[in-house]
Amino acid sequence: MAVVTYLEAIRQALFEEMARDERVFVLGEDVGAYGGAFKVTEGLQEQFGEHRVIDTPIAEAAIVGSAIGAAYMGMRPVAELQFIDFISACFDMLTNFAAKSRYRTGAGVPIVVRGPIGGGVGGGPFHSLNPEAFFLNTPGIKMVEPATPADAKGLLKAAIRDEDPVLFFEHKFLYRRLKEDVPEGDAAIVPIGRAAVRREGSDATIVTFGAMVQTALEAAKQLEHEGVGVEIVDLRTLAPIDRETVLASVAKTSRVLLLHEATLTGGIGGELAAIVAEEGFEYLDAPIARLGSVDAPVPYAPPLEAAFLPSAAKVVERVKALVKY
Amino acid sequence: MYGFVRLTRDVEERLTILFRQSKVIGGLYRSLGQEGESVAAAYALEATDAVLPLIRNLGALITMGVRPRDIFAQYMAKGPSPSRGRDLNIHFTHLPHPGAKEPVLVGPISMLGTSIPVAAGIALAAKMRGERRVSLVFIGDGAMSTGTFHEGMNFAAVQKLPMVVIAEDNKYAYSTPTSKQFAVPSIDQRAASYGVPHEMVDGNDMPAVYAAVKDAVDRARAGRGPALIGVDTMRMSGHAQHDDMRYVPKALLDEWAKKDPVTRFRARLVEQGIATGAALDGIDRRMKRYAADEADLAEQMPMPDPAEVAAGVYHGDHSAPRVEIVRQWRS
Repeated sequence: MAVVTYLEAIRQALFEEMARDERVFVLGEDVGAYGGAFKVTEGLQEQFGEHRVIDTPIAEAAIVGSAIGAAYMGMRPVAELQFIDFISACFDMLTNFAAKSRYRTGAGVPIVVRGPIGGGVGGGPFHSLNPEAFFLNTPGIKMVEPATPADAKGLLKAAIRDEDPVLFFEHKFLYRRLKEDVPEGDAAIVPIGRAAVRREGSDATIVTFGAMVQTALEAAKQLEHEGVGVEIVDLRTLAPIDRETVLASVAKTSRVLLLHEATLTGGIGGELAAIVAEEGFEYLDAPIARLGSVDAPVPYAPPLEAAFLPSAAKVVERVKALVKY
Repeated sequence: MYGFVRLTRDVEERLTILFRQSKVIGGLYRSLGQEGESVAAAYALEATDAVLPLIRNLGALITMGVRPRDIFAQYMAKGPSPSRGRDLNIHFTHLPHPGAKEPVLVGPISMLGTSIPVAAGIALAAKMRGERRVSLVFIGDGAMSTGTFHEGMNFAAVQKLPMVVIAEDNKYAYSTPTSKQFAVPSIDQRAASYGVPHEMVDGNDMPAVYAAVKDAVDRARAGRGPALIGVDTMRMSGHAQHDDMRYVPKALLDEWAKKDPVTRFRARLVEQGIATGAALDGIDRRMKRYAADEADLAEQMPMPDPAEVAAGVYHGDHSAPRVEIVRQWRS
């Protein structure tokens, strides 16, 4: 175990998996000699060579499409999208080709498509997206979004070994802000499909994931001073959703706030609300609450972005209202 | 090669009958008049190469050893069809077991052009592992206008991947003529900017297509990178059976009717003394019978079990029937 950043944890997962399995290779824009726009793949090409760490043209459909072809041939490609916003350029390859392949033809597509997600760093409308909900309505695709360095490493290792296409959303706000002890080798693996309870509490549940786990933890600390015990469920995997963990927590606290960084309308919170309403209605002592970003493109100016994103203060306010109901 | 092109036409004629009997569930997309190029191109491949066809490349699949029963079963949405009734026409994929002397077949999706980067990925894997596999991918005049075509072609060129593209100019993408699809004089010239060799061949001249593709495939296999072969041909039926092609001038159809690839190849075999008319008549009869028998077999297959509607979306809960590849009549 060593204390590493969220970014370094992802890098470790790539190194370990490439060393373990020669079928694993990385492709994307500037991932080679430069080490990636955020330096996630730094040193990878030196270690494994140009043929396993491939610099591609600026062509997301070619990156994901060729990953699909190579996966058909038994390889384990890890495709990097420089910013997750660019995933729109390979939407056909992901939703129509990869996601439907196994169902249509029996041919699985074991690829990982990873890239930096989210706001909070002044990236503006094209470098700050949270596109999870685009894919939630696409059967055949799995989605993970780690909130901690250990999960970042463990979920990426699990994603690379998974037989289905996995979208790996890594939050760039967390890259160098979070550090923790991270296990080595197979001990690091975090299974896809299981949520984690980050904090125990009995007054209200916050269901969230990604960078919003940190926001929720901050809010929970403030609420604790005011005598409100918050339980935080970190989904970790967004498709398939771990319904059991969510429902068990709601059963325990009877109040739930669904929190995500993506804009509110049509977001994952809506799906979670439906799950809780359909399967956990009797547990509830207050209406289900949702908090997401404002329904607008992600703005650039710091005051605008701060107003756009959910904050600990907004979370505190919503949880207080829940508890008071 | 004659047997394959004959069988391709017979299978489609039998499909037309099944379509009229309402036994084909969706549309029927024929390759009438352009069967020759699919067969001749695939004939230039080795048994373990990859083929990524579009809907009008049935001939390539038949040449690689897909049995007609699987094609009929697909069109009729039968349970034991290669896609288990989940997808239509030649939308199916065959990934052989490691070491099997079988081709890799990756069916298209309806977002045309997407096959090109996938073909590049198959070629990339072959290059990375030092395998001899060449990836042969078909695309039409319409689909070449997509971004994915350019992205995949460019990536394959930069990486010098063993990929050969057959670019078909069959004159119409549904009802849109090639003149509204591209502004260069011939379809192969669209490849010029990628720095890959390209040439145009008469797509209804089967030996000419075979020779051009064979050169490109050999070149790719030797590690010298991708190539694009443009084929000049004509779609002699509608986009699908419901399309009456009123947008096609009659003179154009009359002109191309004279260049039918099957009768042309037949005449050539007789002229050059390679086969007698009687021997070819024998092949004709055998293929017609074979297509009919295979259609009967497929008709008797059961429809899929509705209980399986949600199975097989993810790994582990379902297995696909394997396409049996029967390499026949190949010398």
